[in-house]
Amino acid sequence: MTRPDLIVIGAGPAGMAGATMAAQQGMSVLVLDEQPAPGGQIFRNLGASSTQQRQMLGPDYTAGQMLLDGLAAAPLTLISGAVVWDVDQERTVTYSKDGKAYRVKANYLLLSTGAMERPVPLPGWTLPGVMTAGAAQILMKTSGLLAKDAVLAGSGPLLYLVAVQMLRAGTPPKALVETQTPANYRAVLHHAGGALRGWKALAKGARMLRELRRASAPRYTAARDLAITGDTAASGLRFTAKGQVHHLECATVLLHQGVVPNTQITRALRLDHQWHAGQRCFHPVLSPWGQSSHSQIYVAGDGAAIAGAKAAEHAGQCAAADILRCAGRITAAQRDTLAASAKRNLAGEQALRPFLDALYAPPAAILRPPDAVTVCRCEEVSAGDIRAYARLGCKGPSQTKAFGRAGMGPCQGRTCGLTVTEVLAQATGLSPQDTGYFKIRAPLKPVTLGEVAALHSPAPQQPEGQDP
Amino acid sequence: METEFAIIGGGIVGLSLAYGLLRRGKTVCVLDEGDGAFRASRGNFGLVWVQSKGLHQPAYAQWTRASARAYRGFSDEIKTISGSPLNLQQDGGYIIHMSEDSLDADRKLYEGLRSRLGGDYPFEVMGHNALKTEEPNIGPKVAGALYCKEDGHVNPLRLLRGLTVAVRHLGGTLRTGHKVTDITPQGAEFSITAEDAAPITAKKVVLAAGLGAMSLGPKLGFKAPIRPQQGQIIITEKLPKLMNRPNVEVRQVDEGGIQIGASSAEVGLNDREDVATIAGLAAHAVDMFPKLARAKMLRSWAALRIMSPDGLPIYQRSARHPGAYFVTCHSGITLAAAHAGVLGDWLTDAAEQPDVSAFGEDRFDV
Amino acid sequence: MFERIGHSATAQVRFTFNGETVIGNAGDSLAAALLAAGHKVFRDTPTTAAPRGPFCMMGSCFDCLVVVDGETVQACQTPAQVGLVVTSPPVPRAQP
Repeated sequence: MTRPDLIVIGAGPAGMAGATMAAQQGMSVLVLDEQPAPGGQIFRNLGASSTQQRQMLGPDYTAGQMLLDGLAAAPLTLISGAVVWDVDQERTVTYSKDGKAYRVKANYLLLSTGAMERPVPLPGWTLPGVMTAGAAQILMKTSGLLAKDAVLAGSGPLLYLVAVQMLRAGTPPKALVETQTPANYRAVLHHAGGALRGWKALAKGARMLRELRRASAPRYTAARDLAITGDTAASGLRFTAKGQVHHLECATVLLHQGVVPNTQITRALRLDHQWHAGQRCFHPVLSPWGQSSHSQIYVAGDGAAIAGAKAAEHAGQCAAADILRCAGRITAAQRDTLAASAKRNLAGEQALRPFLDALYAPPAAILRPPDAVTVCRCEEVSAGDIRAYARLGCKGPSQTKAFGRAGMGPCQGRTCGLTVTEVLAQATGLSPQDTGYFKIRAPLKPVTLGEVAALHSPAPQQPEGQDP
Repeated sequence: METEFAIIGGGIVGLSLAYGLLRRGKTVCVLDEGDGAFRASRGNFGLVWVQSKGLHQPAYAQWTRASARAYRGFSDEIKTISGSPLNLQQDGGYIIHMSEDSLDADRKLYEGLRSRLGGDYPFEVMGHNALKTEEPNIGPKVAGALYCKEDGHVNPLRLLRGLTVAVRHLGGTLRTGHKVTDITPQGAEFSITAEDAAPITAKKVVLAAGLGAMSLGPKLGFKAPIRPQQGQIIITEKLPKLMNRPNVEVRQVDEGGIQIGASSAEVGLNDREDVATIAGLAAHAVDMFPKLARAKMLRSWAALRIMSPDGLPIYQRSARHPGAYFVTCHSGITLAAAHAGVLGDWLTDAAEQPDVSAFGEDRFDV
Repeated sequence: MFERIGHSATAQVRFTFNGETVIGNAGDSLAAALLAAGHKVFRDTPTTAAPRGPFCMMGSCFDCLVVVDGETVQACQTPAQVGLVVTSPPVPRAQP
């Protein structure tokens, strides 16, 4: 493709909505998406899903059809199965597809790479058989696979949703183990702003809980000291609730503690980020329209801040409208008109967030786990290791990475990054903001040297004779 | 706080010097900045390297070899104190050549150095077949290699951590997270000011601040003629054994990953990697070891070498303030054993001192 | 343990994992097909040889790594295809 006006990275709700609007307004748009079909994780495989899957997954899932239809009708280029592994300051995007690497440059970028589940470091979480609740849902969406006799553990709306979806499919969870405490419920009373919508969301959760109760799925609340038992694979979940130690035997444990923005690209670009105390994660610093600290790079959706699929759709449209203005295609006034309803709806969705953030706040023991717990799954570095490096003088994640390899594995620190920041900040007394985050480097995803080498165009070599 | 020695810079160079001074019974305070600093110590290639060093300056060749020879003992000491091995391997290394011409040209340079050193300079020329016996995974485009039995490599991050542990263990003070902003000579002493921290008074100060010496050096009467030179490096996933010995541009690290390096570019204080450079490194590595084509690149990075005009170290005592020393090099890994060893005799005015006259910064006065 | 709903009409895909035949459904990722076939452990870690299986299923955790055609890939991001030879990645020599 010749140089497009706009490259959208990620075809979830934000990317689909943003790309569709920009293309409809006359921009040449290239959408790069890692999955085999658009939809993001929320609407994963929606286009190819069976009736049975749609019934099981419910209206929140099928709601994505309009976005899929819009994207399909828009005059744009979508490349599925494209793994983006570098994005640079000059807005050149490098991606691989089917074993070949490509480079393409645009005037504007819209990064809509969505969220990932918050890491849930607790004893035994690396054992086979332990997965995230989101992983279980992806298996339902893509393959109609259901976890049998699984225990769901943690906190957050997705935990209930997955439980209900499993129930509707005829394989209810063996138990629901919630880490929320009465303090979480008390905390939400301070969030009057989003209260009405918040209580609605809560009521939706309560309906799901009633559904689960009718199916007599055991439920434990205010659970703490969670630990997966097992030697070479998960054999159960141990926890304390109401002063009593429980051990539930199960081969599958599905963990969840909410979702956090996937900031790998915004970090690799070294855009400005800000710690968000309510969501316990970093957000890229953005204008109200999604413009980052690089004026031609925008971020929208859960990759910007967690606000859910509906908010992501509106944010994608707001970003597209401002990109059109920035590119001189429309005036600021035209932008305001074009994005009026998106902006209004986005504000509404965002107002709900502090309520949910407080209600489903992850427990301290998950954010800053005890010494023995593995933090970096790739390089097998424990929280205690990180604390020991802090005692040696490490002030930030780049130093602990050098001392103990946390963040050096194939996941590039996705899974341990926030935990390392939290554990270090606690140990040094610095704020998470001052502690900072890993420096993310290319490739954003591992790529073969052969693919990289194929991008090489022979040029004059460096002068020889210099010391290595 | 008062100390005999203040070392400005907590990288490999500063920590090696601190370790050597602590071993001599001195009180030492190492001052280091925060997480965001440019750090050659965590971006380097990990070679303990002899061949090709000092081809035009025999004193440097000998200095490098002395450090390489002292490395085993140094590494064992750090291991004993820190409890963690540095995974040093010193059974030779290669510089691979892709053409007979370049191999021959370098051979002549090595022979020149050998004759200047009275015949004491070990190297062998290996043709493709000889090299293939030792390194069965080389590709057909490889012409051969220069082999030096004194070459080797180490895990540089373990070295960094081990030195940090050792310095603390020997009673050194390591103050991190406070960037030194000023050094003021006061009589025969020095007052050192850092961001958000109490000043420190030291009888002697050693400037081992890497690129930080560009601004701090002149305060102590040094010219500090150094500049950043960017190098980019690749590391792959961990793989089963693919190569036996390190090459100057590709080596298998102790954890199993293949490290590929390094470019050089004059781009100022820029430590961003770029795909074009990385692609060049990858292409060359695949030419040398074709099996690498299927290996996954996990990460690449750029780091900044600290380069003097001739690429050699600078060891300079201040003429204006005799208690101040300037130590810089871009081979902090290779020279760590020398810095922890005999260079301490220079810093402490010992009766017997190494001859570092070839490394003064006055050599750049023309 | 995982069980499948519906999908009986879907075409089957046969491949091998560490020499053992696995039958998945067309449209499965390798990870989904392996989980459905009862495989929990996909590999041992290169650091301590600890067993690992899929964790996130969305391509971010890299715990489901397998080798296909000489290349390490994420099983959750790789479509199951007829005839694939899938193995666990080798564990490099352990270091002290």
